[in-house]
Amino acid sequence: MTTVLCVFMLTLLVITAFGMIQARNLFSAVMLGGIYSFEMASIFFILDAADVALTEAAIGAGITTVFFLGALALTEHRERGRHGPQWLPIGVMTATGMMLIYASFDNPRIGDPNAPVHLHVAPWYLEQTPQLIDIQNIVSAILASFRGYDTLGELFVIFTAGIGVLFILSAPAPQDRKVSERLMNAEGLRHHLVPRVVGQLLVPFIVLFGLYVQFHGDYGPGGGFQAGALISAGLILYALLRGEIAALRAVPIWFLRMLIVSGALLYTTVGIAGMLLGGSFLDYSVLSNDPVAGQHLGILLVEVGVGLTVTGVLLSIFHAFAARGQ
Amino acid sequence: MEYIGLFNYWVFAVLLMIGMYAIIAKRNLIKKLLALAMFQSAVFLLYITMNKVDGGTAPIIRADVQEQVFSNPLPQVLILTAIVVGVATLALGLAIVVRIHETFGTIEEDQVYVRDRE
Repeated sequence: MTTVLCVFMLTLLVITAFGMIQARNLFSAVMLGGIYSFEMASIFFILDAADVALTEAAIGAGITTVFFLGALALTEHRERGRHGPQWLPIGVMTATGMMLIYASFDNPRIGDPNAPVHLHVAPWYLEQTPQLIDIQNIVSAILASFRGYDTLGELFVIFTAGIGVLFILSAPAPQDRKVSERLMNAEGLRHHLVPRVVGQLLVPFIVLFGLYVQFHGDYGPGGGFQAGALISAGLILYALLRGEIAALRAVPIWFLRMLIVSGALLYTTVGIAGMLLGGSFLDYSVLSNDPVAGQHLGILLVEVGVGLTVTGVLLSIFHAFAARGQ
Repeated sequence: MEYIGLFNYWVFAVLLMIGMYAIIAKRNLIKKLLALAMFQSAVFLLYITMNKVDGGTAPIIRADVQEQVFSNPLPQVLILTAIVVGVATLALGLAIVVRIHETFGTIEEDQVYVRDRE
């Protein structure tokens, strides 16, 4: 039954992908992109990756779509110029695709417990997590503790990308060009009754759910990345409903900049605190007398750091696009 | 039915190739970025396909259940962070596209070349 569902969703995914590439109206292409992400999230969930599904639904379908719409509002809605199918790329892609499919016959079947990927490192994580870290969600344990270096690196990539966007979009815009349609004008959707009433009801619950996902990440699917995405999604919804000015009054720009920096600082500080207390960098066991309690504390702080930076970066990027349209 | 276990890999290959085709063949910069996102999520699909174990559940330990079979948590961790990094870098790309549109008044690649030479 699961297999049938999975095959069905994957077929839908391919159809949506063709639709995205075919659509000449960029707005429809972006909307199809949102649908594509939701289908992808369902497939991730069917394949037992609850944390990834949550992230994909919040980021892929929510935040990415808003960023694309923000860029569309500042550029153009239609793909110009007619180009027929280009046979050279089609030929090359078909050949490469055929080779990939041919190679797949040597792959282990999906779900095969003896596949090489399941035999090395992963069993150790599954076995040692209850003793060494003792939190229920093994994904969080690996993310924040066993592979804390990776996550720190990823966090700094996000940090750098956020700074890059702020740099690129903070240069003064040429004055002579008028932006035709503004997605995020100062009025927001205040004059549309249904989105206003329903949306305003949803905003506090989305933010609350984000906080739940943040602090419940040790026990169920969740953690800093998902929480950051959810909280920013809630606040972006607020900005769309009430307008840019009201949103900036609620969460000012300087506060967002503080969030970006403090998250990255918090993560690094936890790592250095481990060094000062006699352990190695990002070794949480020395943070408390009891190594397991130390791990709990370390993971909690690190996840908060991730959540702060992700929220700050995503919201700053949104406001950077929105400010460009004014 | 023997090959149904490989269907995910085939979809991965098809999505990867659709994305790559659009990156090469489409002239519109936003379309290129959409295709880049599609290419990226095809890779995510490959990783998450590999994490599945028959009869497994999501890797969350429940104290009251014995002898649980878990799917592999490691690919999930890698992809979880990759998704968030993906959106941050995508935003960087979109910001550059916005600046290109402000400078050249178009987001079609061939017209940008023409106007750049003027």
